[in-house]
Amino acid sequence: MKLNLRDYAELEDWKPEDLPVGNVTAAGASQQYITGGWRTMRPVWDQDACKNCMLCWIVCPDISILVKNQEMVGIDYDHCKGCGICVHECKFGALEMVTEDQAKGE
Amino acid sequence: MSNNKAFSATGNQMVAEAIRQCDPDVMAAYPITPQTTIVENYAKFVAAGRVHTEFVTVESEHSALSACVGASSAGARVATATASQGLAYMWEVLPIAAGMRLPIVMANANRTLASPINIGCDHSDIMGVRDSGWIILFAETAQEAYDNTIVSFKVAEDRRVLLPVLTTLDGFITSHAMERCEMNDDQQVKDFVGDYEPLYPLLDTNNPVGHGMYANAPEFAKSRVNERAAMDRSLSVLEEHGKAWSKVTGRPFELVDTWGTEDADYVMVILGSAAGNFRHVARQLREEGVKVGIVRPRVYRPFPAEQIAQACKGAKAVAVMDRSDSMGAACGPLGADVLSAFYTHGLTVPAKNYVYGLGGCDVSNEMVRRVVADLEKVAEGSADRSLTYLDA
Repeated sequence: MKLNLRDYAELEDWKPEDLPVGNVTAAGASQQYITGGWRTMRPVWDQDACKNCMLCWIVCPDISILVKNQEMVGIDYDHCKGCGICVHECKFGALEMVTEDQAKGE
Repeated sequence: MSNNKAFSATGNQMVAEAIRQCDPDVMAAYPITPQTTIVENYAKFVAAGRVHTEFVTVESEHSALSACVGASSAGARVATATASQGLAYMWEVLPIAAGMRLPIVMANANRTLASPINIGCDHSDIMGVRDSGWIILFAETAQEAYDNTIVSFKVAEDRRVLLPVLTTLDGFITSHAMERCEMNDDQQVKDFVGDYEPLYPLLDTNNPVGHGMYANAPEFAKSRVNERAAMDRSLSVLEEHGKAWSKVTGRPFELVDTWGTEDADYVMVILGSAAGNFRHVARQLREEGVKVGIVRPRVYRPFPAEQIAQACKGAKAVAVMDRSDSMGAACGPLGADVLSAFYTHGLTVPAKNYVYGLGGCDVSNEMVRRVVADLEKVAEGSADRSLTYLDA
């Protein structure tokens, strides 16, 4: 069964019968849905202190620790909700929690 | 027609056998009276290697149905069973299974809800989930519990439907009492039910999909429109597959079973096991010259409103028998459904609603006679037509 789903941005124009049974979507739809705006605090990464132990990557519940070639490269602020688990688990002081206002320099 | 030998069995045994013959890929269940012997019997089939089912022992009914939702999304044929507090504990997951359009088949041995705590039969548990998007069937007998369960898989998995089904039997009265039963060959059931081909299985890694998605206001309502349409469609699909199974077995399948309604002055509408008691008294009354008819919906959701209205249209008075109450409402749940069916089909026949058999109370001949005596007054317009409790 090949899924032929139209762009979700056009959903409002769909008739009910255009929706797939059970509102099934193509996989990965949550990537398109930006949930980072719910955050009041954010983790800030200090690259120099980071040892790439990947503890933060393991514990992040939102797959928001970005990794390339087995090294941390940053944080996906589009989806990070600021739970702070990564900051709590970091053994090297490489992650710090700051308010969104501080981060935006306000 | 089948030439199957008759034997004695309980309703729960028959449901377990029906599920065995449909051989689901996954069963996740938790024990609760009076359902326990369904999954207990089924666990024996699993242990003996008579089915290929993955049996998941979970820590609660909430987890049982959640595991069923996961397995069904993955593309498995799925069954479970519960009752009473267990069904109540599943409540959160029931509309999820329906909204995700997962064809899970669940048996429910109808039992009341606490408090006071009580394990006897009534329909409080099942009526509490009547709006959750599940198709709901009521068996009168152990035999019907078997046939309904087989038809349930066929209807649930039909591409025109894709909804979960509750196949129910009355706790203890049908679930535990021994009755004369027939069973069809495994191969006959296999041929009838066929293989389940899921529409969007999560395990199809070539076509990755997301199930159970968030939907904002307009899409949410469109999704409900689809669910309602599938539920409405399922009535004729139930009839189609029910009749097809009836052709295999030689046993009747009607959406609404009627007895004596063609010329009846007084009709009683009733669900489940007590219909037999009512027919028994109706036969006696007919010998005494009182024309009584019995209407028994075998399908409760979708509600066969037209069929019920049709069966009641010649009556002088109608009694609607509820085995649970909708506290504070003008009627019990079946009463509200039947009266709205009358209204929407232009019937003005006077009717009265009763609540009976709560928490396992016996249904006596006396009780049925009292209802018919009332109906004579209801027809004349001289009776109090407010909701009446018969047990106390």
